[in-house]
Amino acid sequence: MNLQNILSEIETTDPEVYDKFDTRRNAMKSFAKTSGKIALASIPFALGSIFQKAYGSPTGTSGIIIDTLNFALTLEYLESNFYIKAVASGIIPVGESLNALTVIRDHENEHVAFLSTAITAAGGTPVSFKATDFDFTAKGNFPGVFTDYGTLLAVAQTFEDTGVRAYKGQAPNLISNNDYLQAALQIHSVEARHAARLREMRKKANLLVPAGVDVKPWITLNQSGIASPAVQASYDGEESVVQAGVTITNIGGFPISAKAASEAFDEPLTKDQVSAIVKPFFN
Amino acid sequence: MSNEVSKESQPDSILEEMAQPFSRRNFFGIMGAGTALMVTAAACRKYNPGEGGGHHTGNGGVNLGSGDIGILNYAYALEQLEAAFYTQVIATPYSRISSTELYYLKDVRDHEIAHREFFKAALGSMAIQKLEVNFSSINFKDRTSVLGTAKAFEDLGVSAYNGAGKLISNADYLTIAGKIVSVEARHAALIRDLIMPGSFADMTVVDSNGLDGARTPDEVLSIAGAYIKTKLDASNLPTS
Repeated sequence: MNLQNILSEIETTDPEVYDKFDTRRNAMKSFAKTSGKIALASIPFALGSIFQKAYGSPTGTSGIIIDTLNFALTLEYLESNFYIKAVASGIIPVGESLNALTVIRDHENEHVAFLSTAITAAGGTPVSFKATDFDFTAKGNFPGVFTDYGTLLAVAQTFEDTGVRAYKGQAPNLISNNDYLQAALQIHSVEARHAARLREMRKKANLLVPAGVDVKPWITLNQSGIASPAVQASYDGEESVVQAGVTITNIGGFPISAKAASEAFDEPLTKDQVSAIVKPFFN
Repeated sequence: MSNEVSKESQPDSILEEMAQPFSRRNFFGIMGAGTALMVTAAACRKYNPGEGGGHHTGNGGVNLGSGDIGILNYAYALEQLEAAFYTQVIATPYSRISSTELYYLKDVRDHEIAHREFFKAALGSMAIQKLEVNFSSINFKDRTSVLGTAKAFEDLGVSAYNGAGKLISNADYLTIAGKIVSVEARHAALIRDLIMPGSFADMTVVDSNGLDGARTPDEVLSIAGAYIKTKLDASNLPTS
């Protein structure tokens, strides 16, 4: 995307755009002036606020983008509040385990701050949640979430795997804006790193792992690796072995099993699917 | 994407959608969002489905192609590199490899082969050729050399997909890239933890906003180029 293109297109749609900006040169100047004061990384967000000033509403970024970012922010609040309580629970083994969950907690806090700033800069109103807005037992499904280490890890893994699927499903909603899309992708892969780490920890701790199931850093078929049907919706659909009409099992004559074929591609979830999954965690 | 999966399977079905700048579903999504987004989308000028790669250009490099096809060929090139690497790792495991490490690395090899073969099948006649790799700097007998290279490749792959997403016009291709990049990130986290437990998402890859890396194709290919003997021409790839 480039600024000149955007201005040209707006000129076509709204011939009075430069009356709002004064002149094209002033529009560029306004951008330059603003961008001079802020870090390079936040320029795209500043761009949104320039349009907001010109139009008095979030025109540079649309409703669907703000809505998508707020949906992501909601999930980040959920994760952030979960890890804040988890790290403070006192049931996580000190050392590698506690360190890992602390790293993850800090990332989720950073995601909350980053998305809130981005939404505000784009002219939107970021959603906000406080600790009392959440019920991490999920209406009694996980009564031991902060007293039983196995349950805590199981909930954490589910949050991360669901988060990965949620961002994947929302990426197309951001396709019109390079900067928000890239930022979302950069969060998406961090959630996947978290998921892999939590899965390693669950394998090592061997708590709440059903007999005969191997928990790996990647998702095998539609297996949660968790002995609770309450999390299954987060894994349904992951068993897919056909991608864009191409069958991955034994593709090209290579011995790729159905398990490996399913592991090699993570699957998206829709907003509705994700909302249904996380709903019990909200009061 | 999931509703596409059950569609009648054709080897080149992914290409059939190239004629459409956006999938219908996505198009209506944009219409519903109002004029503002249409302006932004139009301004992005990302409609070109692109031309196939493969033919040699004046400088002797293999042309990745343009538009979405160029980006898919770019991903195909990276998956070829990764698959070739792990195939060698499993063919000649390093000294004193643990059973757990061998088990995981076999999985990773299979995933990378699946990615490579997927792109090959999806691109069909638009695909670039098989690339020659250059692994002369890697000591496949040495754990540190192998895992260090694996870590570099996985982190590079994650940053490559993260940086390429915005260069893709077609929402379905974007979803495909998303399906792969999170698996690369899972690999990266595991390999990093094999090298140093707890380094799955450390400050060398995740910044102070909690964001993973993102690199342009030029940045990625200048790093990956050390391991790819075949000369690549990325000059026709989209840049925004």
